[in-house]
Amino acid sequence: MSALEPTTPSALQRAGWAWRSYALTLPALLLLVAVIGYPLLTIVLRSLSEPQWGLQNYAWFFGAPVNLTVLQRTFTISAWVTVVCVLCAYPYAYLMTAVGPRVRLVLVLCVLIPFWVSGVVRTLSWVILLQDSGVINSLLRSAGFDGVRLIRTQTGVVIGMAQVLLPFMILPLYSVMKGIDLRLVQAARSLGARPSRAFFTVYLPLSLPGVYAGAIIVFILALGFYITPALLGGPRSTMLSTLVQTQVLSLLQWGRGGAMGVVLLIATFVLLALAAPVMRSRYRDAGRR
Amino acid sequence: MNPRAENRGAAIDLDTVSKAYGSFKALDGVSLRIEPGEFMTLLGPSGSGKTTTLNVIAGFTDVTSGSLLVGGKSVVGVPAHKRNIGVVFQHYALFPHMTVGRNVAYPLTLRGIKQDERKKRVARALDMVKMGDFAHRYPSELSGGQQQRVALARAIVFDPPLLLMDEPLGALDKKLREWLQLEIKRIHRELGTTFVYVTHDQEEALVLSDRIAVFNRGRIEQVGTGRQLYDEPATLFVGRFIGDSTVLRGEVKSDGTSTALTIAGETVSAPRRLAGEAHPVMLLRPEKVAIRRPGQDAAGTNRLSGTIAEAIYLGSGSKYEVKLGDGSTAIVRSPLAGESFGLGEKVELCFDGADAKLLPDDSTADTTLT
Repeated sequence: MSALEPTTPSALQRAGWAWRSYALTLPALLLLVAVIGYPLLTIVLRSLSEPQWGLQNYAWFFGAPVNLTVLQRTFTISAWVTVVCVLCAYPYAYLMTAVGPRVRLVLVLCVLIPFWVSGVVRTLSWVILLQDSGVINSLLRSAGFDGVRLIRTQTGVVIGMAQVLLPFMILPLYSVMKGIDLRLVQAARSLGARPSRAFFTVYLPLSLPGVYAGAIIVFILALGFYITPALLGGPRSTMLSTLVQTQVLSLLQWGRGGAMGVVLLIATFVLLALAAPVMRSRYRDAGRR
Repeated sequence: MNPRAENRGAAIDLDTVSKAYGSFKALDGVSLRIEPGEFMTLLGPSGSGKTTTLNVIAGFTDVTSGSLLVGGKSVVGVPAHKRNIGVVFQHYALFPHMTVGRNVAYPLTLRGIKQDERKKRVARALDMVKMGDFAHRYPSELSGGQQQRVALARAIVFDPPLLLMDEPLGALDKKLREWLQLEIKRIHRELGTTFVYVTHDQEEALVLSDRIAVFNRGRIEQVGTGRQLYDEPATLFVGRFIGDSTVLRGEVKSDGTSTALTIAGETVSAPRRLAGEAHPVMLLRPEKVAIRRPGQDAAGTNRLSGTIAEAIYLGSGSKYEVKLGDGSTAIVRSPLAGESFGLGEKVELCFDGADAKLLPDDSTADTTLT
C-alpha cells in the first residue's frame, strides 16, 4: 500500500505544520486559563487557607451529614435527569435523521428555540405549569384525577432540568445517528434479523457513542445546576450549588464554599474515570463507515 | 468435487413483475425463470431495473403487481428477514462494531445455532473466502477486497439456497476485481447455490454467468448465455451493450431474400430480410470486419470507405475507429500481424453480408448507453 501513497511531506515540514495547528488553539487556551484555571486555583487555595491554612473546611464538609446527603442527592438528581434526557432525546434524534430536510429544520428549531429564551424565564414557566394550582394539576382535576404535588419536589426538579438540558442530549445524539449507515440495518434484516433485533444488535450499539457524549455533557451540567432546583425545588430537593451559594453569598464562608466545589469536582472526575473503560471500548468498536 | 454441491439452489420465478414509483415504472412486466444452482447475471445500465429486481427478490422492495416464487413458494409480502436469502452489497455492509468473526457468526446467532457448531461454520465460511486468519480483526482494519470477501462469507455461512450480489466488485480496482470474479465463480461451483448477480459491466457478466438477463428501461430485452447474446442479439440495445459493435444505418432496399443499405452513396447488402415493418439496421462485430488500404484486394462481399479517426494500441492488436461517409463511426479490430494505419488515413472496410446482423432500429439503444 505504501507505494501507492502520495509523497508525504518531510518530518520537519510536518512538525512545522503541527506547531502552526497548535497555535490555532492559543486564543481558546488563554481564555480557558483566564476564566477557568485562575478562579479554580483561587478556590482550591481559599478552601485550604480560609480562615487559616489546613483541612478544616473539608473536615467540616464531611462532618456534617446534611452536606453528604445533599452531595448524594445532587448525583441522584443528575443521574435521573440524564436518564430522562436519553429516553426523550433518542427517538427525537432518530426522527431527525429519518425525515426530509424541511421537517428536520422544524425539529432543529424546536430544539434550539429554548436556547434563545433565558433560563430563568423557562424555569418560571415550569413553575406556572407545575404548581399546585397550575396547568397540569388543573387538567388532572378536571379529568377527575387527584392533583399531584410536583412543585418543590425532586420530580419537579428533574422535569425542569431535563427540559433545559434536552438539547445537549439531542444534538450530539443526532450528529452520531446521521452518520450511521442505515444500509447496515437492511443487511441485518437480510441475514435474518427481525426489525427489533436489527435495532438492538446493530443500530443501538452504533448510536452509543452519541448517547455517551450527550449523557456526559448533561450529567456534568446537571451537577452544577443552580437556578432550576432553586426555583422548582423545596428544602428536600436542595442541590449542592444552593448550599455553595448560601455559604459564599450569605455566610461569606469562601473557604467552605470552595471546599464543596472541590469535592464536587473530584467526585465528578472519579465517576467519569469509572465510566471511561466502558465507554472507551464501545467507542473503539463503533468504527464509522 | 464437494458432494454437497448437488441441487442445493432454489429456483426463482418472476412473472410479469412491475414496480412503480408514482408514474415512473422501475420495473415494467419483468418475467424471468432462474434455474436451481444457476449463475444468473442481471446486466444493464444504471436505472434499467436490475437492482430493483434484486431488491424485490431480497424483500427490500415490494412489487406493485406480478408474482415472485422462490423455491416454488410465493414470497410476495414475506419480509426480508424471513426469506433466508444471502445478500452481498456493493458497500460491503459489514457491522463496524463487530469483529470479522462476529460478523460472520451473526446470521447463525440469529438462528439460535449452538456455539460449537457456530464456530465450526464460521471457520469453514472464512476459509472458503480465504479469510481464515482475520476472524479477530475489525472491518475498518481490512482492505475493500478483504471486506467484500468477509461479507460474502457472512452471506453464505447460513447455507441460503439463494445468494444475491449487488455489484459486489464495483468499488474495487480492476486487478482485484478480476481475481475476485474467479473466486466468486469457484465458490459458486463449490456451493451449488443459485447466484443472482447484478452488474453494469458486460465483461464481468460474460466471465461469471451461466446466463445473462439484459435489462433496459425496466424491461428485460433478452435472456441467454454470453455467446447467444453476442452472436444473436435479439435487439439493437443488446447488440450494442454486449461487446463492441458497429451500427450501419442507411437507405433501405429490400427484396424477398436480401436487404441492401445505401450509406453515403455506397451500398452494402445482407442475404436476409427483417420480418415485419421495422426499419432495419446492420450490426457488425469488429472481428468480422477487415480493414484495407483502398484498392487492395479484399475478401467479403461488401465494402465501405472511411477515414481513421482513432487508433488504439491494445497490446494483442489494434482497435480503430473509422469515420464513414455518413459521419457515423465503425469499430474495427486488427491483429498485431496486420498492417497498421495512421490517423486520417483513407481505408476500406470489408465484410461478408452473412456476418451482418439485421435488427430493427431503436433510437433509444444509442441514448441509453453512456
